[in-house]
Amino acid sequence: MKVKSRSILAVGAAAAVALLALAGCAPAGETPEQGTGTLTVWVDADRAAVLKDVAAQFKEDKGITVKLVTKDFGDIRDDFITQVPTGKGPDIIVGAHDWLGKLVQNGVVAPLELGDKAGDFQDVAITAMSFEGQTYGLPYSVENIALLRNVDLAPEAPATFDEAVAAGQALVAAGTATYPFLVGLDPNAADPYHLYPLQASFGAPVFGLDENGTYDASKLELGTPGGDAFAQFLATQGAAGVFNTNITGDIAKEEFNAGKSPFFLTGPWNVPAAAEAGINYAIDPIPTTGPDPATPFVGVQGFFISAKSENTLAANEFLVNYLGTEAVQTALYEVGGRAPALLSAFDAAKSNPDVAAFGEVGANGVPMPNVPAMDAVWADWGTTEVAIINNTGDPVTLWQAMVASIQSKIDAS
Amino acid sequence: MTSVLTRPTRERSSLTGILVKIVLLGIVDALAVFALFTLFMQQSWLVFGIALAVTLALNFIYLKPGLLPAKYLAPGIVFLAIFQIFVVLYSGYIAFTNYGDGHNSTKEDAVTAIIARSQERVPDSPAYGLTVLDQLGQVSFLVTDPDGEVFLGGQDRPLDEVTNAGTDGTGKADSLPGYTTLTFQDLISRQSEIASISVPLTDDPNDGALRTPDGSTAYLYTSTFVYDEQADTFTDTESGEVYTDGGNGSFVSADGTEIQPGWKIDVGFANFARAFGEEDIRGPLLGVVAWTFAFAILSVALTFALGLFLALVFNDWRMKGRRFYRVAIILPYAFPGFLSGLVWLGLFNQDFGFINQVLLFGADIPWLTHEWLAKASVLIVNLWLGFPYMFLICTGALQSIPDELTEAAKVDGARPWSVFRLIKFPLLLVSVAPLLIASFAYNFNNFNIIYMLTGGGPRNPEAGVDAGATDLLITLVYKVAFGSGTGRDYGLASAFAILIFIIVAVVSVIGFRQTKALEELN
Repeated sequence: MKVKSRSILAVGAAAAVALLALAGCAPAGETPEQGTGTLTVWVDADRAAVLKDVAAQFKEDKGITVKLVTKDFGDIRDDFITQVPTGKGPDIIVGAHDWLGKLVQNGVVAPLELGDKAGDFQDVAITAMSFEGQTYGLPYSVENIALLRNVDLAPEAPATFDEAVAAGQALVAAGTATYPFLVGLDPNAADPYHLYPLQASFGAPVFGLDENGTYDASKLELGTPGGDAFAQFLATQGAAGVFNTNITGDIAKEEFNAGKSPFFLTGPWNVPAAAEAGINYAIDPIPTTGPDPATPFVGVQGFFISAKSENTLAANEFLVNYLGTEAVQTALYEVGGRAPALLSAFDAAKSNPDVAAFGEVGANGVPMPNVPAMDAVWADWGTTEVAIINNTGDPVTLWQAMVASIQSKIDAS
Repeated sequence: MTSVLTRPTRERSSLTGILVKIVLLGIVDALAVFALFTLFMQQSWLVFGIALAVTLALNFIYLKPGLLPAKYLAPGIVFLAIFQIFVVLYSGYIAFTNYGDGHNSTKEDAVTAIIARSQERVPDSPAYGLTVLDQLGQVSFLVTDPDGEVFLGGQDRPLDEVTNAGTDGTGKADSLPGYTTLTFQDLISRQSEIASISVPLTDDPNDGALRTPDGSTAYLYTSTFVYDEQADTFTDTESGEVYTDGGNGSFVSADGTEIQPGWKIDVGFANFARAFGEEDIRGPLLGVVAWTFAFAILSVALTFALGLFLALVFNDWRMKGRRFYRVAIILPYAFPGFLSGLVWLGLFNQDFGFINQVLLFGADIPWLTHEWLAKASVLIVNLWLGFPYMFLICTGALQSIPDELTEAAKVDGARPWSVFRLIKFPLLLVSVAPLLIASFAYNFNNFNIIYMLTGGGPRNPEAGVDAGATDLLITLVYKVAFGSGTGRDYGLASAFAILIFIIVAVVSVIGFRQTKALEELN
């Protein structure tokens, strides 16, 4: 008997799940619904805390419920791409600007008209949120790397990379430091993101720009003479032991916090740990390696509206007039530590010297390319940097082979 | 127990049983009716039919006396159908489509998306004040331009100047006699309609049209692409280039330029042809398949050898502290594999890892970055992760072999090695062989360890393909599907998945045949 009732229980559960699953499979929206008065927003846990208050305010002002669904940030992009076509996706997501090309390529994101408000945001944030001349997202934060310097070891900010290495090597020779310069690299993939400013300084960006000032995937500029110069630079620094692909991000952070190196090329996320370790630090512009300024990639985060949202007016209202306000941008900055994208909130946040210093470096930065072709770049770029740093072949030959490989992948897709 | 005693018990409990059954079946049916109703409203007839059939079948099975096997099997079969068969068939179907980046949804969605993204705001055009009006269900835009002049227009009705509009304090027109002004709540309840309205500025469509993102401001847009529904083509308004449906799930121009996004179409065997045909994939494919077999076979052989050896050692009653050792041996199995992967990653670091620094006194061995050493490292870690499992099953199998056999052999004068080779090992293999085949299938698709340790690397940067020295088929498929190279291509990845399924199935069938022969031998 016991067995029997258990089996009945099981079948109850099974059938319920089955029917709900079947109902879930059914394509929705065959009968077009008008706005439901509910906005569904996918956010990560940190952002959810802030958005909860904004949502309550929105409900009070406009009578529209905002349903917050907390998701892992890393899952949002792919889940959004697969769920929007089913009509079951959210109205709004939080995301990173470099997802944009992929979202547009898959037709899941709707353009956003910021009107005159566009001027209230940092230029780099608006450029990052634009793709082929259209603006798509409401930015809320900007983030970039800079040079973290141990003031006790190196009292002067180096202007060039050679100065930095010379100062570092003098300290190593004197026995007060172990590493002249630290940057976290992966043994199999190096770290093109962190090394990019040094590459940009040679005048070799990844993609050229179109007439709108956004990235043009048909203009791959890695292979310019500056790229060859950068490849030779990597080989030299690799041979000298300045760059070491066995020093991962974690090891670099640990060693810098132990006071074993005067310089650490990293982002704001590693600053709290350095402060906690008692390092007397300063945040400097990234030293140049070539004729151009060493411009880091700027990462922008923001909110996007679904192309299939039935609530476009409400979603637009929520983004532009609620999430785009100084109070909300400041609240998002306080919970995430990333500098606000809204100028007025950014100016207020600059009372924190770290934010001001990173912001100053980022002001010269370029947005990380958001074109889908970037997917074809990362893997080859990293593998080749590893090979060059470890001097497994002629740097220029390796670099040009990488450019040819990337170009052929872009042409094929 | 006699039948006299059992009978009343049975009747009492079957009353409770019937009650439980009715309640549970009632809940199921209630949910079913709700689901069916929703499906009916959505007019998804196929799913409606399946759901109805499943509900009727379940009611029939549980209400009819008898049918005991069906009563036991029904829940499992329902779950199997949803979570296994449906998933397998669906991946099979995906393998015959071009589903992936740029081909994500239907053609209808693609057309809508292209139209939406081709709306470009006219450079330096002003923002217009807007009030949305309603007259007998027809929506009109009451527009105030920056000079304070007021116009009225609607979908396909160009702007026309009006003079009798009422204005608010800022000079923005907010009402017109004969029309109802829509409040924000009204706008929200009709937002899809209002967001889709575009009001031509003049009779000339090239002057652009006004659209509103928020219901209170309108902006002037021109379209860079115009869709012709009759001809099913897009025309670039600047260059005059015509883009037609090229049959590959996208609009292409005469010179082959594509408009993104495209849409999902069936492509037949094209993905399988690509898996075998394109040099970019075929080149690494052979090497990867060879390494996948080597990895799976060596993993099973090494873990089984070590596990069996330890099982034999700890199965000997002369061994002291067996219980303690056995627990210690299970530990690697008890840790989450992901965690172990990360720990080993640190241990193997060339300059800072424990293995080079401490065990090998500061040696400089590139464990994870040299082609062959990386393969060896992956096998070592997999051995560490896998031997406790083999130890467990071998211990169990050894303990089930009767001691009499060993004793009889000893009495007959067999030496320990002969006892093991001729008696214990064949008997052991009968019960363990199916598990070895399962272990082979598992290691064939052992994604975690490769992903955590080497990510498939090291890779030869001059090879031009994304396959590294330790890439298994499954990690290669992952790279193809989730785009570390050229964007996600679910169609191609599903085709690979089917090929992997066929390989594993063939190996398993052969393996099980051999096992059967083994059983007959005994």
